[in-house]
Amino acid sequence: MLDFTFKILVTDALLYILVTAIIIFIVYARKHEHLSAPWRQIKNKKLAMSSFVILLFFVITGFLDSIHIRQEIKIDTESKTQQQVVQYSSEVLSLLDLLLTKLRVQTEKTYSAPFAIHSFTKEVTDDQQGKPKLYYPRLKYGGAHLQAQDSRIYDIGKRLLWALFWTLLVIVLCILLVAKFVVSKNDNKNEKTNLNTKLKTVLSGNTSTPWLTILLVMSIPVFFIASLVELGPFYHIMGTDQVGNDVLYKTIKSIRTGLLIGTLTTLIILPFAIIFGITAGYFRGWVDDLIQYIYTTLSSIPSVLLIAAAILSLEVYMTNNPQSFTTLIDRSDTRLLFLVMILGVMSWTGLCRLLRAETMKIRELDYIQAANSLGVRHRKIMSRHIFPNLMHIVLITVVLDFSGLVLAEAVLSYIGVGVDPTMDSWGNMINGARLEMAREPLVWWNLTAAFVFMFILVLAANIFSDAVRDALDPRLRKA
Amino acid sequence: MIAYIIRRLFYAIPILIGVNLLTFTLFFMVNSPDDMARVHLGVKRVTPEAIELWKADRGYDKPLLYNSKEKGIRSLSNTIFFQHSVSLFVLDFGRADDGRDIGRDIRQRMWPSLAIAVPTFIVGILLNITFAMLLAFFRGTYVDVWGVVLSVAMMSISIMFYIILGQLIMSKLWHLVPISGYDTGLRALKFLILPVLIGIVSGIGAGSRLYRTFYLEEINKDYVRTARAKGLSSLQVLFKHVLRNAMVPILTGVVAIIPLLFMGSLVMESFFGIPGLGSYTIDAINQQDFAIVRAMVFLGSLLYIFGLVLTDISYTLVDPRVRLE
Amino acid sequence: MALADNNKTLEVKALKTWIDTEGGIIHAVDGVSFNIRPGETLAILGESGCGKSLTALSILQLIPKPAGRIVSGKVMFSGENLLEKSEQDMREIRGRRIAMIFQEPQSSLNPVMTIGQQIKEVLPDRRNKSAIEINKDIVGLLDSVGMSDSARRIKEYPHQLSGGMKQRAMIAMALASKPDILIADEPTTALDVTIQSQILNLLARLKKENNMSILLITHDLGVVSQMADRVLLMYAGEAVEDADAVNFFVAARHPYAQKLFQSIPDRSKRKKKLDIIPGMVPTYAGDYQGCRFAERCDKAWDLCFQEKPQWRSQDENGVRCHLYNDTLELQDTLNKKIEQEFVTTDEKVTREEILLDVKQLKVHFPIHKGIFRRVVGHVKAVDGISLKVGRGRTVAIVGESGCGKTTAGKAILQLIKPTSGEVIYDGASLTKMAGNELRQLRKNFQIIFQDPYASLNPRMLVGESIAEGLHALKLESSKETIQKRVKKILTQVGMPEEAYARYPHEFSGGQRQRISIARALAVNPELIVCDEPTSALDVSVQAQILNLLNDLQRELSLSYLFITHDISVVEYLAHEVAVMYLGRIVEFGTAADILDNALHPYTQALLSAVPVISRIGNAGNAGHKDGTQFLLAGDIPSPSNPPAGCHFHVRCPQATEICRQQYPGQTRVTGSHTVFCHLFESAPELTGQN
Repeated sequence: MLDFTFKILVTDALLYILVTAIIIFIVYARKHEHLSAPWRQIKNKKLAMSSFVILLFFVITGFLDSIHIRQEIKIDTESKTQQQVVQYSSEVLSLLDLLLTKLRVQTEKTYSAPFAIHSFTKEVTDDQQGKPKLYYPRLKYGGAHLQAQDSRIYDIGKRLLWALFWTLLVIVLCILLVAKFVVSKNDNKNEKTNLNTKLKTVLSGNTSTPWLTILLVMSIPVFFIASLVELGPFYHIMGTDQVGNDVLYKTIKSIRTGLLIGTLTTLIILPFAIIFGITAGYFRGWVDDLIQYIYTTLSSIPSVLLIAAAILSLEVYMTNNPQSFTTLIDRSDTRLLFLVMILGVMSWTGLCRLLRAETMKIRELDYIQAANSLGVRHRKIMSRHIFPNLMHIVLITVVLDFSGLVLAEAVLSYIGVGVDPTMDSWGNMINGARLEMAREPLVWWNLTAAFVFMFILVLAANIFSDAVRDALDPRLRKA
Repeated sequence: MIAYIIRRLFYAIPILIGVNLLTFTLFFMVNSPDDMARVHLGVKRVTPEAIELWKADRGYDKPLLYNSKEKGIRSLSNTIFFQHSVSLFVLDFGRADDGRDIGRDIRQRMWPSLAIAVPTFIVGILLNITFAMLLAFFRGTYVDVWGVVLSVAMMSISIMFYIILGQLIMSKLWHLVPISGYDTGLRALKFLILPVLIGIVSGIGAGSRLYRTFYLEEINKDYVRTARAKGLSSLQVLFKHVLRNAMVPILTGVVAIIPLLFMGSLVMESFFGIPGLGSYTIDAINQQDFAIVRAMVFLGSLLYIFGLVLTDISYTLVDPRVRLE
Repeated sequence: MALADNNKTLEVKALKTWIDTEGGIIHAVDGVSFNIRPGETLAILGESGCGKSLTALSILQLIPKPAGRIVSGKVMFSGENLLEKSEQDMREIRGRRIAMIFQEPQSSLNPVMTIGQQIKEVLPDRRNKSAIEINKDIVGLLDSVGMSDSARRIKEYPHQLSGGMKQRAMIAMALASKPDILIADEPTTALDVTIQSQILNLLARLKKENNMSILLITHDLGVVSQMADRVLLMYAGEAVEDADAVNFFVAARHPYAQKLFQSIPDRSKRKKKLDIIPGMVPTYAGDYQGCRFAERCDKAWDLCFQEKPQWRSQDENGVRCHLYNDTLELQDTLNKKIEQEFVTTDEKVTREEILLDVKQLKVHFPIHKGIFRRVVGHVKAVDGISLKVGRGRTVAIVGESGCGKTTAGKAILQLIKPTSGEVIYDGASLTKMAGNELRQLRKNFQIIFQDPYASLNPRMLVGESIAEGLHALKLESSKETIQKRVKKILTQVGMPEEAYARYPHEFSGGQRQRISIARALAVNPELIVCDEPTSALDVSVQAQILNLLNDLQRELSLSYLFITHDISVVEYLAHEVAVMYLGRIVEFGTAADILDNALHPYTQALLSAVPVISRIGNAGNAGHKDGTQFLLAGDIPSPSNPPAGCHFHVRCPQATEICRQQYPGQTRVTGSHTVFCHLFESAPELTGQN
């Protein structure tokens, strides 16, 4: 086993900060009734929890893809250097890459269709007579284990059955775990219920948290993972792209890009929006005028153009300072970071405006007046009285913005001002697929893969954010 | 009211100056004119003379913000910032880096943009209002539930899938319309059908869901109960009372966009190869033509501020309670 | 009435309306029966949440759906059961035969349609008429409800009308097709008292003219006393008493009704503890075993908790109480006599010591206009008021909405910066202080607010809210002492100590008001500004809070600046009274001076507009103290543009030429009684025998 060293990219670090912040929030919220109550409401909704389960799998994938390492390179004993320097590969890999090593390294020459064992394009070879002949060559990896007489369908079916078996095993195990440890706490007042009755409770779907639904929904990604394990090393499930890379691998790698853009941007937004929004609404007067001026100016600039301008400037800067960006991954990470920052700068204005308006309403409420008459200082009023009462708006905006940002990434990458072209992203995949649609016969799998993954992520996010808004916005709750 | 509008327009001046300063900083502080010249002329093997010439040609040889060689007002005016920004205020957009007149380009290219944006906008809004009305009328029933599910699903699909699928089905499989391109006069019509259709369909999900919430918010209000107590039918209540009140948020949200229709749609125009302002912008971005990008930024800001003023005015038209003071 | 036209009688039988909520099904209306005969006014009386509004909405099938549903019962009208009618058929009844007006005229009118358009929709034969004829009809209708300048009002939008005018427009709309029955759901609750008396008189007149019946939904015993022929008292979803109005006010049968009368503050109860109904209205979710009022009833015995009392009725009177037999006679002598506890506050508290001295206080808000937002005028919310509050005294500021009384209260506490004038607290001029200096003094004067829901931060524990002042003013340092002190205060205001670690939303309006009082008390203040502290509360809860305030004053010798529009509260607890109109004090004196010997025409009008609960009972005619009513015409003018001269002259029946030109100066009538009115300027020695 090779040794390795961690390589923390800037975006990784930001993601860790975000995850830590979320964990702190959860711990804090558990102690505060008004914060945890709406989440409990969400916890009991089937649709919300289904989408949450799906989101969770995306998040885990993205997180695995954000722990980067560099492996140690075995140096020959006759190495010229005398010193025992440990050398690390310049190739930065993530945990996800290691898990999907087979998918990553088994590259073909060029296009191949999903589950194909032959290449998509013809090659010229000499036949026995020495005449050139066009034929579809066998793929190097896709279906390479199959003998000529083996049935591909039979092989795939067999492996899928195995995947199904594993899925069932995992789900049954989960049901048992839920029945053993979770159900008794909330749903059965009777302490002495045995496992059997608990199981019945879970399977009848009569739990306050819809465990049955959660587990059924969970079986879909579990089955997907099981199939990936069973089929991935032997076939290109979603085919290969122009340079022979596995499309499914690229699609899965794109999850991180989408997630980072959707989440890190809000991390940039929040401090700006919260501080500016509250101070403008609370102090009014010239502070308000100044902040209003800043955000009107920023939001009046067409955002695509500002992003384009910023990215172009970055590009020029990178060409002029090549020494700072030695590796490809550094380049693309810097660009991602820059994109996230500029998206953040462009989009804090909306939340800021909302918070300012709400602060202006809250500062007129009686309890603020009471705090004033008790001599509470401004900073304390803003942090103890106003901010906690704006929390729901902040949370709603964060979840609502997420799906919009994921979609925006695709458009920006298409225009050429999104993430680095070498980076795996759905936007880049769609951009590439555009020309493939003109091919005859159609190369449809690139686009389809990007579409399916992106649609599932955005749909789940949209459904979840709907539930969050319903739970957190008291105005909508009555409707 | 007139005083209000005049004040708002005055207020636009510092905003536009701010916009200019910001874009200026992005373009000239981060990348010096030397960098730009090198990008345009090729990074390697450019002589300093060639760079100077390139800069002088485009007026980039002056100091950025303050000219210490000049005296009085000229020390501020004989600078890149002043020369390239002030003229924008009188809508003189200057020349592109390759020498074309940007103003003329804009005047020429706004028509294809409008030809797509205006029908998409009008038909889209009418459809959204109607669908939302249907959902609100059937609120609480399966029609509503599935309508909302469909809306959420539709808004979860990226615009680019709509375009690619639309082109695939309508053009490639069924050969109903050309896949892309543009023509002059009435012959442009066949090129417009698909982008307009896709523009409408892609907007239905988000639009009708948003408008539905506007309706539902109104339906829960007291005056609706009054109207029902008067003996009006559900349809009368919906059309005569609820619709007019829901139009307040709908219209004011919509009016802000109207001026920006000029700017065209970046994605749509580039996919369909329509020579509008959207594709103009994309081309400029790809060719790194800063003069055009700067002009478009300014135009966009101007239109945005115009949209804000229009929004305020439209408030007074649809809501008798609002008066601009 | 003997020739009752059965066709026009509305009969409600065993109506049940339930509401589905997340917490379970609420039996909001649970078997209510009553009938209304032609030309009769039936008042459904009850506290908030008793199901009275829902009963009225159920009659017209207007309950909020899908949460609400009518479970059973009958609503018989014209020989048909309205509950069996389809939505389509109900439209023939709604507005045409049974019309309805609502509590909030502001939100009940469509904001984007003109008054004319909204009335036109209900005109019965509008399709066969020309536009001119329709216009004439609308003007006629508006005239008949006493709308001034009706021809112009047609083209106006609701926001351009005052609250009273909006309610008149609502009434005009309801009367357009001459309905047999008018359901009025709290029609005057949102209005000022002088406007309320206008609207009530209008309703009484229209009822007579059109021979219609009125179903009046209200929580206000005064309104019932003035308007009703019959009374149906509701409690927690059930009717508990149905009686002739005269009988009801003379000898109410149900203990709840009796208690309600006793808990209303008025002069006769001054210096006595108000008789309170302990606890609060139950949430009527789920099933009851016994009587719903049993927990709060001091006459309840075992049976009341075990068995639900049946409805017993005779001669149209009925009651739901175990105390009565089938002929409505008192069944047993368990009826305990309740001693009225006398509070011994002697009137002669140290009146010399002045705690608060307000001198010529003004709060003006600028109005900006034009391109450069120049200041073109001021809203003179408070325009030069002067008053003094002695230690341990209660000074009431009375006035209608928009008179500036709340702004004055906040300006006195320096929560709003006064434009000019001086506030001297215990010798220190607050208006000249700022920052830390002022903050140090803040512990001495506190404020409690009207809305119990807005006055506590929903995100803070009750204990944290109360302790906030102790932290901010650094009155206590250690965590334990703070907690101990907060818990002591909680007990003092009648709350359990456990409330410390709970959130405000777990408490009812009355309990929240106690918490607000606790928060103010925590810093040991000497003066508390009470800004309408009981006007958002039910009568029975109001009595609890007033008792608490009285007790605290006695124990801690607090001073109160009591801001209110409710004369009965003033009668009950004020030592001195200041009457405000459009930013200025028009009359000031001791409670006796103002209540018995009011001189200013506005004060007189205000006092006479208050419906007084008359034990003699009187339908249709106002039951006012001296039998005569002094009805004020017109609306309260806007404080941004007050009338020249005396602000009141436009509405004053005694106005003379000088009133139109010059604001009257102060006239000292007696040592304690001053008035600002030209009528008394010429006779400074007037001792006021009105």
